[in-house]
Amino acid sequence: MMKTHLLSINDLDRADVISILDTAEELGKISDGASKKLPTLRGRTIVNLFFEDSTRTRISFESAAKRLSADVINFSAKGSSVSKGESLKDTAQTLQAMGADAVIIRHSASGAAQRLADSGWISAAVINAGDGTHEHPTQALLDAYTIRQNFPHFRNGFEGLHVGIVGDILHSRVARSNVLLLKKLGAKVTLIAPPTLIPVGASTWDVEVSYNFDDALPELDVVMMLRIQSERMQNSFFPSEREYSRQFGLDARRLKMQKSGGIVMHPGPMNRGLEISADSADSLQSVVLQQVSNGVLTRMAVLYQLLGGAPLTQQAGA
Amino acid sequence: MAAVLDAGDIGRALKRIAHEIVERNHGTSNLTILGIPTRGAFLSERISAILAEIDSPVPHGTLDITLHRDDLRLRPPRPLLPTVIPAEGIEGRDVVLVDDVLFSGRTIRAALDAIGEIGRPKSVQLAVLVDRGHRELPIRADYVGKNIPTSATESVKVLLSEIDGDDLVEIVTGS
Amino acid sequence: MSLIIKNALLVDGQRIDLLIEEEKIAQIAPAGSITKGSQVIDAKGSLLIPGLVDLHTHLREPGREDAETVDTGSRAAVRGGFTAISAMANTLPVADTAGVVEQIFRLGEATGLCDVFPIGAVTVGLEGKKLSELGAMNQSAAKVRIFSDDGKCVYDPLIMRRALEYVKSFDGLISQHAQEPRLTEGAQMNEGAVSSELGLAGWPAIAEEAIIARDILLAEHVDSRLHIAHLTTAGGVELVRWAKARGVKVTAEVTPHHLLLTDESVRGYDAVFKVNPPLRTEVDVMALRAGLADGTIDIVATDHAPHPSEDKDCEWQAAAFGMLGLETALSVVVQTMIETGLLDWAGLVQRMSTNPAKIAGYTDHGQVIAVGSVANLALIDTQARWTVDRNKMASKSKNTPFNKMELPAVVTHTIYRGRLVLADSEVREGAAK
Repeated sequence: MMKTHLLSINDLDRADVISILDTAEELGKISDGASKKLPTLRGRTIVNLFFEDSTRTRISFESAAKRLSADVINFSAKGSSVSKGESLKDTAQTLQAMGADAVIIRHSASGAAQRLADSGWISAAVINAGDGTHEHPTQALLDAYTIRQNFPHFRNGFEGLHVGIVGDILHSRVARSNVLLLKKLGAKVTLIAPPTLIPVGASTWDVEVSYNFDDALPELDVVMMLRIQSERMQNSFFPSEREYSRQFGLDARRLKMQKSGGIVMHPGPMNRGLEISADSADSLQSVVLQQVSNGVLTRMAVLYQLLGGAPLTQQAGA
Repeated sequence: MAAVLDAGDIGRALKRIAHEIVERNHGTSNLTILGIPTRGAFLSERISAILAEIDSPVPHGTLDITLHRDDLRLRPPRPLLPTVIPAEGIEGRDVVLVDDVLFSGRTIRAALDAIGEIGRPKSVQLAVLVDRGHRELPIRADYVGKNIPTSATESVKVLLSEIDGDDLVEIVTGS
Repeated sequence: MSLIIKNALLVDGQRIDLLIEEEKIAQIAPAGSITKGSQVIDAKGSLLIPGLVDLHTHLREPGREDAETVDTGSRAAVRGGFTAISAMANTLPVADTAGVVEQIFRLGEATGLCDVFPIGAVTVGLEGKKLSELGAMNQSAAKVRIFSDDGKCVYDPLIMRRALEYVKSFDGLISQHAQEPRLTEGAQMNEGAVSSELGLAGWPAIAEEAIIARDILLAEHVDSRLHIAHLTTAGGVELVRWAKARGVKVTAEVTPHHLLLTDESVRGYDAVFKVNPPLRTEVDVMALRAGLADGTIDIVATDHAPHPSEDKDCEWQAAAFGMLGLETALSVVVQTMIETGLLDWAGLVQRMSTNPAKIAGYTDHGQVIAVGSVANLALIDTQARWTVDRNKMASKSKNTPFNKMELPAVVTHTIYRGRLVLADSEVREGAAK
């Protein structure tokens, strides 16, 4: 049974995850029909609270909510928060007054979603759409959905599946959520990056760590490439973009080295020519576009699971 | 607790319903059968099998109505059940919806909405194993296995061999 | 005017009556034997100890009176059993001139609940570039003996060397906030398993230890005294132990919160647990306790750091560093050191009163309880327990990390220079001058 909020993959147990993926799958079948709108969340108000620019994620959540007939309010608060935290509280109280049923929050500060959920400022369900360098749980769910779509025999668990996550693990919320989710589903996970971009605590994560992409590739069913931010270079995480690209970029040569039948994923937006070459991004192994369309279905499933039933308090009374 | 239909009764009722469907639609050529999960789907499978026997095979699928329910906020979220629309689609077809028990009519209302999302059939007909009365909406069944007058405090339980091990319809008193 | 404390217990087990006349202890006699006196406190067998001495207190005045003032900070101090506190220099303006330290000293005198000894900034504006007028601050009415850029590290090794050398002429002491700035850029919490999971920028132990090691070597080289503020890591304890074995004149402090809390508290992102230096791991906590027990760490200091709610009631990253400490210090040390059997009460008194007074040269404090000593005293109900309530603090701020925690030992009375300033755990309104 899911909790009130989705802040971290840790809020879900394995059965919750499978149930979300199954729900997304059913929603996918329904969406193939002529009309794309379902009445499920009619009368519910969902707020997209984005303190950080992310058109892709916002649009994905927005179309998920709208396809379930929810009323969507986009609240862009970029630039007003990080310097002075009070505004998160003020904004939350404003949304509470507006009667929001759910708040989808994207914030540059790790823990902002949890802060919003736990603070008592607001009674709405909180969905973490990416908080700093902490987590991005719906991205991990849509990635798992995409993996399952491409490996149908791993329907009820990823035992026997080997996933490599390549790049800036240290600063990646996508990597954190994916590690938690993939381990929950039983996959073997290898983090592939220069040592500077592996968190010191990764030794406690029950994952393999490799500094050599070439060595790891032949074992990988799934290669998950992460976006590399060029500002990391200024902080000496790696010497140059070219060196990074040479050591950890996915190019045509490496693409051939991957285990046959494998897939390549990227949460986007891609830096073509840096962490992934154009021909790799557009190759048959690449499922990047599937990820995008699966994003809407997965988020619809999450919204349905969180808002499709009675509020928890009401259930307890019933 | 009282058994009102046994396995034999259920078999005969479905056979009769299948015949009525053929008769009313002058054959099966334009028919599509859609069962409402969970037990309506099994019943629709059985009706399809009978139709194939007495006439010819018909396109058959399932229709989950969860996302169209009007009582979502009264209960915890339910998992979605499979919706399988036959390849022909439902556009211009005579669709027969199949469910186990007809009660308030709200499930059928939701099913009509769900169908409306998918396409525009020529007609929609309703087949149920049991009609227990107490309608809350202007909805009626075209084909009824058995009318069972019940009181509001009673409930009708349909057991099917596919998931319950046995075929049986019984009335349970109290909640 | 005389004050009698009847039936008090001393740490050596004696039950005594004690007579205070003027500022001083005039007579000590077996319990039940002193009867004269104008004001009588029945200690009912409570433990009588010298008033506690804090060498690390942020009072926020001047500049951030919305967080704390000398007055409210003094109230918090006497509630915690302190009779002397040391006001850190990171005020607005910075306490880097004789004028500012004298102002703070006068505010302390005017409040009159405990001694408020200002700490002077080592460098102008805490900027780490130019020495403040250390001599002038020492020769001012405030008689500053301790200098610190606390909140910031005296990072430049040349400035640190000069400061260590310069204050020798008046037996001054540099208290170093050990934090390598480059290794802690943007750092939010201890670097380790928890920071990696929470996605908060890590603050490695090495960033603290590297400066401690450097400063120990500098202090040895120039033969100066060095004080390490708020030690938090097992490695830091090892370094100080090594330095002391070599005969380097180094002293070190640990805060109550680092003796009790770990970085596990950060899960949940409640910024009340955000502090500089950060909460570390269980291994570090155990090493700090062992170091305090064996004398490697000389004293407990609160690092009492009040912040208004808007600076804590926000995202972790945007929140201020710091925790309240004065009102809970004794109880936390009792829980972590006495209840665990690591220290007895005599050992606690040494580390929270005698040693800090000696290190700072606060001669009227931390004295043995004997005839002729200045009557700076606290009475502790060692059997009682209490539950911390952030809404009932004497401090102006509420940022205690111990809220709702049940802790041992209640400070019932505090006597400052012979005057009863705290009675039945309440600050006596008439007591403030």
